Amino acid sequence: MAGRQAVKVYLDLLSQPCRALLIFLKHNKIPHTVELIALRKGQQKTPEFTKLNPMQKVPVLDDNGFVLTESDAILKYLATTYNVPDHWYPKLPEKRARVDEYTAWHHVNTRMHASTVFLQEVIFPMMGQPTNPAKFEKALADLNGTLDMLENMFLKRQPFLCGDEISLADLLAVCELMQPLCSGRDILKDRPKLLSWRSRVQSALSDSFDEAHSVVYQIREKFTAKL
Amino acid sequence: MSLEIYLDLFSQPCRSVYMFAKKNDIQFDYKKISLFEGYQYSEEYGKINLLRKAPAIKDGDFCLAESVAIMLYLTEKFHTPDHWYPADLQKRARVNEYLSWQHSTIRPHGSKMMWFKLLIPKAFGTEIPKEKMDNAVEDLNSSLNLFEEKFLQDRPFIVGDQISLADLVAIVEIMQPVGAGMDVFENRPKLKAWKDRVRAEIGAELFDEAHQAIFYAQEAVKTMDPEKIEHFKPKILRYFLS
Repeated sequence: MAGRQAVKVYLDLLSQPCRALLIFLKHNKIPHTVELIALRKGQQKTPEFTKLNPMQKVPVLDDNGFVLTESDAILKYLATTYNVPDHWYPKLPEKRARVDEYTAWHHVNTRMHASTVFLQEVIFPMMGQPTNPAKFEKALADLNGTLDMLENMFLKRQPFLCGDEISLADLLAVCELMQPLCSGRDILKDRPKLLSWRSRVQSALSDSFDEAHSVVYQIREKFTAKL
Repeated sequence: MSLEIYLDLFSQPCRSVYMFAKKNDIQFDYKKISLFEGYQYSEEYGKINLLRKAPAIKDGDFCLAESVAIMLYLTEKFHTPDHWYPADLQKRARVNEYLSWQHSTIRPHGSKMMWFKLLIPKAFGTEIPKEKMDNAVEDLNSSLNLFEEKFLQDRPFIVGDQISLADLVAIVEIMQPVGAGMDVFENRPKLKAWKDRVRAEIGAELFDEAHQAIFYAQEAVKTMDPEKIEHFKPKILRYFLS
């Protein structure tokens, strides 16, 4: 939209939904400024940030005074406000419904399980907090269940999660599934279908994918160097 | 007219879809299923929804799961009044914001109360350790506090002056612990006033009808055949108590 002011986003690239948002903005050349919020320094808990977002979470979007939280709400808002290609969030109701179906399911499936594996394997040890081997094994089992569902249902007869082209669903999913890589663990390594899907998604996103994930690669290097 | 909606009204997201369809006079074939009896694991249901959850719809050949996706699809398909899911992109974003946030907050925290306070002790005969119970109650309270502070504030409804899908999705989750005998509205006058408004907007009769299974949950669990739900026990205990 001509004459539209840039949006501001508050991000920490260690956060999976923040990466999805940054990739979307860069890939679609949506004018934006970034303010980095360092979660490891507790910057999301400052009175200033809390005023912006009482949930004390990232990402946050500020579109010239309109403040919005929740990555899927933000992505859908940007996809419908800016002139992005239709495949990101299709207008046809049946196609859009497929993306809405995935983004709903995503929260307590892909996001929850991949996140837990990462927290147990990387964050808790890093913070000197006790780890729970039983909980970790359970998280891996739960994540396997999620990966089975991604292969057997969402990717059953199509190259991307919601159809023939990449959508917001693939973007959100891939960022979550990259997180366990921080410890050097490739959860997709024995799953050729998902490996192909990840390659396709990375190809579709090109430079913006690797740029956003540089912090993951850095942590992986440090983590595996220690072993 | 071949819209089939698969529902078990004990389930919160089934109630929001049911009330939404009824309130908007959407004609549908009501397919009543029983989650406790494990229908979601049948081969038949697998043809409708491989995620094996309720609700699900089959509109002609088009199958769809996830209550949020279903209601967004129905608003589009049946051209329901704008206030449910406003065309204005910023108002719409506010609805989406709530619909997103609730998945990992109010929904699991409210759900857990039904399992912890009623189903696990009464149907499975397993007591919940005090620490787990206290944490669960605290989680629900934190979510309800955030709900009031951020999503409700001083507005009559979540997104403004009129009811939307956000309120519909919120109310069914907040009602779930009520079925377990927990009065979530005690000491929360703002929340109670909102609940009364939402119930009036939906229509008291429709609201109460949809919530029958919840209102009678404590009675129903006394007459529940333990053998019928035994198959669930290991999965549930692992999910909640490991």
